[in-house]
Amino acid sequence: MLLTITIDVVKALIVIIFLMAAFGYMTLIERKLLGRFQFRPGPNRVGPKGILQPLADGVKLLLKEEIIPQGVDRFIFIFAPLISLLAALLAFAVIPFGPNVHLFGRTIPLEIAGPNLGLLYVFAIASLGVYGLILAGWASQNKYGLLGGLRSSAQIISYELAMGLSVVGILIFAGSASLNVIVAAQENVWFIFPQIIGFAIYLICAVAETNRAPFDLPEAEQEIVAGYHTEYTGMKFAMFFMAEYINMVTVSALATTLFLGGWHGPAFLPGVAWFLIKVALFLFLFIWIRATLPRIRYDKLMGFGWKILLPVALVNALGTAAWVAMIK
Amino acid sequence: MLANVIFWIAAVIAVAMAVTVVAAKRPMHAVVALVANFVMLGVLFLLLHAEFLAIIEVIVYAGAVVVLFLFVVALLLTGVSAPREDEGPKLLAQTPLAIILGAAILCLAGFAVAINLTLGPTPGVPEAFGSITLFGEELFTTYLLPFELTALVLLVAVIGVVFLARERH
Repeated sequence: MLLTITIDVVKALIVIIFLMAAFGYMTLIERKLLGRFQFRPGPNRVGPKGILQPLADGVKLLLKEEIIPQGVDRFIFIFAPLISLLAALLAFAVIPFGPNVHLFGRTIPLEIAGPNLGLLYVFAIASLGVYGLILAGWASQNKYGLLGGLRSSAQIISYELAMGLSVVGILIFAGSASLNVIVAAQENVWFIFPQIIGFAIYLICAVAETNRAPFDLPEAEQEIVAGYHTEYTGMKFAMFFMAEYINMVTVSALATTLFLGGWHGPAFLPGVAWFLIKVALFLFLFIWIRATLPRIRYDKLMGFGWKILLPVALVNALGTAAWVAMIK
Repeated sequence: MLANVIFWIAAVIAVAMAVTVVAAKRPMHAVVALVANFVMLGVLFLLLHAEFLAIIEVIVYAGAVVVLFLFVVALLLTGVSAPREDEGPKLLAQTPLAIILGAAILCLAGFAVAINLTLGPTPGVPEAFGSITLFGEELFTTYLLPFELTALVLLVAVIGVVFLARERH
């Protein structure tokens, strides 16, 4: 009992440290890659090739003066970044990142928890994360903040529906909402092949859900300064920043788990390595998309979500159900 | 043992948050308390082995319905300052009505507890209880009619919204 709890705590700590480190180095890799995409070197002054840049950024954010503007709702203003970060970290808890490990005669599953409804758990936590953004926007008492907060909640609610429907095909194929069962069901064929439409919809929605370009309307700097985090400084700003990058890692990990066979791969590399490679591919794709596509206009974004993605996802779910019913 | 501890933590927070929803001066605080209340209700459902219901409680109520509340509150009340006590009409006539209705709900809850106590310990839940499979099966067999009727009501609501929101020429 005590040993089980200890193992769980250690696993949770490893995952949190991994996510924090991933956040730090994602910022560097993103700036480096954006530099390459734009024919410039990117940050290269702090440490050899700029590899100490995240450290310098972290120290800078820690030492910055924390400003709480006059007239804000202090409680909600301080609470909002915490909600964002907490939701981002919690969602990763059910992602299986490797096959069971046998250590000192014990079998240790490589995930923090493996509930039967793992997939739905991720969606539930993700749907709570939006509160951080909208509460931050409202509590700031800034019109740009409020607009950013409202945009983000409208966007996330709209795309959440299509995202939820896009994975229904996976549920039908695997016959379970447990992420472990879904990974096990992909031992021979990855679900990306029968569910290519679902995958495309999931990917588009994942970019929208994480508020990344070209769906970064909530923080469109040319229109609304920085949206919901306009009034935030220092570590409280950093928490929103962390939440965005950790969410990116989580949706990439979920995409890997649902469509790319999770940790399955040729045996010359361990499962964890395959998992990390696939997640890294998705993260590269996120940055690539940001460097390539211009921002979409707000009404187009909502129209696209409701009038195209949602019906296509619905038809895909129905088609998959019909197909599976006919085969059985 | 552990379940009992979790129950009391979740139950106390749920009740405290429910009180906050009613007592909070600022509407935004009431909305945040409502979200916390829903999440704690989800924990209570989990303790009752109703896994699917717990997750759906969080996704639908905390994740979607209350976000829309928040939308409206944020747009209607852009000032953070609490409304003053002397503003707005006095709701004198409603007070006795509220007391009667509140007492009725308390009686109902007490009645439910009393019935539970007389029944004694409940038999163990079946293996698949609360899982998606069983939930879906029950929904499409035993409770098919109410389920389809709910779908009809929702459809009518959607058509109503489209009708009301359409542009008038």
